[in-house]
Amino acid sequence: MSEAVMDDMKVIVFQLKDEEYGVEVEQVRSIERVQHITRVPSTPDFVEGVINLRGVVTPIIDLRKRFSIEGIDHSETTRVIIVTVGNMEVGLVVDAANDVIDIPKSAVEPPPEVVGGLEAEYIRGVAKLEKRLLILLNLDKVLNAEEMNELQEIEGPVK
Amino acid sequence: MEKNQYLDMFIDESTEHLQAMNDNLLKLENAPDDHSIIDEIFRSAHTLKGMAATMGYEDLASLTHQMENVLDGIRNGKIVADSHLLDVVFESVDDLEAMVNDIADGGEGKRDVTAVVAKLEKIENGVSVDEVAATVEKTTVPVKESSTGVRFDDFEITVLKQSKEQGFNAYYVNVLLREDVILKAARVFMAFEVLEQIGEVIKSVPSVDQLEEENFDLDFSVTLVTKESVEDVHSRIMKVSEIDRVDIVTIDADTINDQEQPSEGAVEPAEDILVEDTKDEKPSTSQQKESKGAQGTNKTIRVNIDRLDSLMNLFEELVIDRGRLEQISSDLKSSELTETVEHMSRISGDLQNIILNMRMVPVEQVFNRFPRMVRGIAKDLNKKVHLEIIGAETELDRTVIDEIGDPLVHLLRNSMDHGLEMPAKRLESGKSEEGQVTLKAYHSGNHVFIEVADDGAGINREKVLEKAIKSGVVSEENGATLTDNQVYELLFSSGLSTADKVSDLSGRGVGLDVVKNKIESLGGNVTVTSKPNEGTTFSIQLPLTLSIISVMLVEIQDEIYAVPLSSIIETAIIKKDEIMAAHNQKVIDFRGSVVPLLDLTEFFDVPVTKEDDDFYSIVIVRKGEKMAALVVNSFIGQQEIVLKSLGDYLTNVFAISGATILGNGQVALIIDCNSLIK
Repeated sequence: MSEAVMDDMKVIVFQLKDEEYGVEVEQVRSIERVQHITRVPSTPDFVEGVINLRGVVTPIIDLRKRFSIEGIDHSETTRVIIVTVGNMEVGLVVDAANDVIDIPKSAVEPPPEVVGGLEAEYIRGVAKLEKRLLILLNLDKVLNAEEMNELQEIEGPVK
Repeated sequence: MEKNQYLDMFIDESTEHLQAMNDNLLKLENAPDDHSIIDEIFRSAHTLKGMAATMGYEDLASLTHQMENVLDGIRNGKIVADSHLLDVVFESVDDLEAMVNDIADGGEGKRDVTAVVAKLEKIENGVSVDEVAATVEKTTVPVKESSTGVRFDDFEITVLKQSKEQGFNAYYVNVLLREDVILKAARVFMAFEVLEQIGEVIKSVPSVDQLEEENFDLDFSVTLVTKESVEDVHSRIMKVSEIDRVDIVTIDADTINDQEQPSEGAVEPAEDILVEDTKDEKPSTSQQKESKGAQGTNKTIRVNIDRLDSLMNLFEELVIDRGRLEQISSDLKSSELTETVEHMSRISGDLQNIILNMRMVPVEQVFNRFPRMVRGIAKDLNKKVHLEIIGAETELDRTVIDEIGDPLVHLLRNSMDHGLEMPAKRLESGKSEEGQVTLKAYHSGNHVFIEVADDGAGINREKVLEKAIKSGVVSEENGATLTDNQVYELLFSSGLSTADKVSDLSGRGVGLDVVKNKIESLGGNVTVTSKPNEGTTFSIQLPLTLSIISVMLVEIQDEIYAVPLSSIIETAIIKKDEIMAAHNQKVIDFRGSVVPLLDLTEFFDVPVTKEDDDFYSIVIVRKGEKMAALVVNSFIGQQEIVLKSLGDYLTNVFAISGATILGNGQVALIIDCNSLIK
């Protein structure tokens, strides 16, 4: 704890299946309980829909679907983490979110090499903290708009 | 200095001052002798100069300065404000506008203005030398009145008289700062401090506020009540550094009384009286800058529209909570709670109206740039045009106002270029030489109408038809059967211009079709009526606001969608066996025409929760001439909704144009009928 403050980063920790992930606290606007989500047709399947977040219509992404983890029903612990990336404000559905921790930057390692692994792109690094292993997300990649557009072009007009 | 912080304010205010100058210059052209107008223009120019200099835009400041000199000449009667001269002044205002626009676009406001500066200098020197002798005599009196005097109101006169009775002296003190003064406001402050030690300042010109903002040249004057002698006051003020000279004149409270009589019948309001100074006691350069009266305080503030939007968002949350409260109170049946909730409902209803109204601004904002434009175009076309503006106070949503300017410019140009005849031709056909263009705005129901009318020759049916046939918009056979109005509507089809030859104003490849598209994108429409030899009227119908639209809420299985009322022709319930098939496409016969049927459950992939019925609820929507019937499960009803975007992440979702928040707090999507129909 004697390390300089500059070398620490504060992250919000959330859970997806059995693993713990982290996003930097600066990128998180708020953490919400799941409310009614309005489905938006002709969007990629990981787009759950939109919610009314204090008067602003905010898109919601199911992170399980985004990372191709099998889906589960929303439970008492399910949360929506509202993050801002650039001008975009997006909600991420996660299994649980209940921790804010400081991690020294020195504890962050580059993502492990995965042969043919697509997921690695979304990961900025892995933080080892005593017994915990925290996967730090690269939100820019998670919310890659280009990929969205490609998906939309495939859908296209029906007639 | 951190410039960006003030840049927006600078641009806004400069634009306002330029607009004010344009307006007042137009007025001045009609009333060249009106001193109050020229004072007003001068004030705008002066403030603009000060602001530009503070922000470091030297070109802007120096051109304004040059213009100011000419205006000063007009004010002093040395230069006559004729049409030719005003052309040059207008030209320099145009240059200033271009510079401000450049700054707004992130530039430095640089521009080559040598030509116009040279013209201004020529006017300033050439004319004043020639005519100064002739005009000096006749202008001495008015100049003295308007620029050397200080007006006192009733209260100040009373104070002056009372202090005289108590043995105080009243002085008129004029302080001139040195030209190289660095901290103007600080010097003013120090001078005031000295003055307040020895007496009481009862009036200052310019006002204290303006002094604090350094909103003055090099001199200012105050009216001081003190027991000290003139010499003492003089030497005390001179102790403040960077002061060039101090002139003190004793004010005689009795003379104020005497002068009240003659000024009563004059142009000035009776309660304003004039205290005249002897001219030779003060440097003449400073005299000219004193006539600035205290400006009326502006009781408005600028609010960023984003802030209004977030206010609106928060308020909607409140409305949703109100809905829940209403529900709870009706469940609980507590009369006290019910009363409170009802009261809250009423108040929040009023509040909602106020918030909505805050977004409304008068169309004046757009209209007020037209007189200037019309003057310019009329000169270019060699036509005489009188522009009449009616209903400039009509209010419209800010977002609509921002968009409506360009289409109106187009229509006005069209009226002047194609509508109005040349003066000679007008006389021939028994009209006055001067053409009349009327710009009129008014409310009607939930819409605002804006009309551009001229009293020109009207639209030539044959000519339009000929063009339309030539450019392949209609066939020759069809053309003959069209009604007059249908022919006029052809003007809005793309690639059609009625101008015989390509002029500066037309033939730029932009036709009235652009106007029509723009207006339609705002949810409005435009029509044209015309009578031969009597003129043409373009009428634009616009929604009051873009953020609130009327929709029909429909249920598709368990999901709720909104269909804009502007696209709906009607709703109907049809029997299953009325559906026919044509080439793999389900169609229905709707009042004699075959309309394709689109099942929204399939189209939007809505999870099916409801059983098939023998009857289908359909919404007939249109895009232009084409129609489609949308199959839904049921109609909920018509409602006014607040339009919201889906956010930056979900751009261009097919067939969805936006979203809205329903009374229960849930989001409903708005169906974009235009993209449904191909």
